Amino acid sequence: MGVRQISVFLENKSGQLAHICRIIADAGINMKALNIAETSDYGVVRLITDKPDLTVRVLSDEGLVCRCTDVVAISVPDVPGGLADVLELIARKNISIEYMYSMMGNDGKSHAVMVFQTEEPSEVFAKAGLDVLCGKDIGISEA
Amino acid sequence: MERYYSKEIECAPREQLRAMQSERLVSQVRHVWDNVPYYRHKMEQAGVSPADIRSIDDITKLPFLKKDDLRDSYPDGLRGVPAKECVRIHSTSGTTGKRVVAYYTKEDIDLWETCVARALVAADISDEDVVQVCYGYGLFTGGLGLHGGAEKLGCMVLPMSSGSTDRQLQFMEDLKSTVLCCTPSYAAYLSESIHERVLSDRIHLRKGIFGAEAWSEDMRASIESSLGIKAHDIYGLTELSGPGVAYECSVQNGMHINEDHFYAEVIDPDTGESLPLGSKGELVITSLTKKGFPLLRYRTRDICILSAEKCACGRTFVKMSRPMGRSDDMLIIKGVNVFPSQIETVLIQQGYPANYQIIVDRVNNSDTLDVLVEMTAENFSDSLSKITAKEKALVAELKAMLGIYANVHLVTPKTITRSEGKAVRVIDKRKI
Repeated sequence: MGVRQISVFLENKSGQLAHICRIIADAGINMKALNIAETSDYGVVRLITDKPDLTVRVLSDEGLVCRCTDVVAISVPDVPGGLADVLELIARKNISIEYMYSMMGNDGKSHAVMVFQTEEPSEVFAKAGLDVLCGKDIGISEA
Repeated sequence: MERYYSKEIECAPREQLRAMQSERLVSQVRHVWDNVPYYRHKMEQAGVSPADIRSIDDITKLPFLKKDDLRDSYPDGLRGVPAKECVRIHSTSGTTGKRVVAYYTKEDIDLWETCVARALVAADISDEDVVQVCYGYGLFTGGLGLHGGAEKLGCMVLPMSSGSTDRQLQFMEDLKSTVLCCTPSYAAYLSESIHERVLSDRIHLRKGIFGAEAWSEDMRASIESSLGIKAHDIYGLTELSGPGVAYECSVQNGMHINEDHFYAEVIDPDTGESLPLGSKGELVITSLTKKGFPLLRYRTRDICILSAEKCACGRTFVKMSRPMGRSDDMLIIKGVNVFPSQIETVLIQQGYPANYQIIVDRVNNSDTLDVLVEMTAENFSDSLSKITAKEKALVAELKAMLGIYANVHLVTPKTITRSEGKAVRVIDKRKI
């Protein structure tokens, strides 16, 4: 029950991120999360949108290099120590995290959402007692 | 007063030189025919046998050797004597993965050092001098070539090799170096460092022997005035021995070819037709005496002009102009020969598209090499560390292939400039 994330290769040139956002906007796609990992020359933009398949299609059509991967979204209580509790639990289970970032919640509750990239299947997170979200929970409309 | 290392040869009457060249060519062709099946086969294909070569005028009957022949005959197809008789190799880059390996007998090293010693004496260097050699030592011929020549002359040699500017300057000051041997761009860089550190008064340099890369009269004037020296050009190729094939005298207007060991011609690079003296064309050199790696009619790909006009220095050796360009796409970066095809080979091996751009520039008198490579779906990942690991592997492979560091830049696909549908592979921004 992973969540689909689109990553896009981004050359470090002015206007590149605006270009990507405009392509997505013109296709009527709504962005739910955005994260960038960068070097001085280039970056990797990670996106969660309401229509992942369409996102990949419109970006590829514009000649951009992108790919779709599964990530794990976990609901985190919006209270002091909320994230610390979650991360300690993950550490105790020896789950190694490649990267993580936060995104806006979509459930109206006072919860934040953290997105994790890991080698482990999302079941491992659920078994650890974490509140793993599915695509629908965070507003992804495509199946 | 002009000084000579081997006056009787350097100033010999032309007829005498010509007779010597004829005699040496005849014997060299026989040596190659008997010992280098690769070239013998080429001669047979061209319908020439040693009997057809009776004087130096017959040289045009012989087939050319090209860089590709050196690659095809790798590693020892052009070696002229058994490995047992060789005492050293040097190596330079080939057009793709394989390097060119040149072999030297004891006598070959000796004649090479003699050629270099002539170059040093022509620049008025003597056994009183302290010679700082900052060319790279190793497979590259610059370091050991200048070293051997200077030692033969009786100079005190500082075998510094390249890099470590602090140490170079320390030795230059403390050991009172009087002669600097390096690439012209490194000389300019050292000169800047000397001025920055206000060391000018403590430097004793009076001469420079600079080669292995393109430079101009403007650059010479600037180096000469900033270092307070006379700067002399030297020419050579690993394939033919190394630096010392040709050298500049006190006139500093063209380089005398060591004609008792190397016979020079200029040809039309497109047709292969021999051109008269004074024409601009591709330099072709025949090694008349080297036995370990005896190349006949080797196409250097350097474009230059040969001149037989009488030189004020008294030498009768033909002079070549400074190379004015290349008839192939080879680049000389930090004195190192780089072929775009080498870069292409590595990119393909590493799973990158052969769609790339090479940008060469000179920043603070030092050459830089940047390679733009297009990202592909296969090489892309959501993990930055996976991309950078692949990129590091590419940089390491390029370093292994080229011998110099290349800055790799990953760019968006199909963004490398194309003109008439063809990618512009090389942009050389250097103003030399």
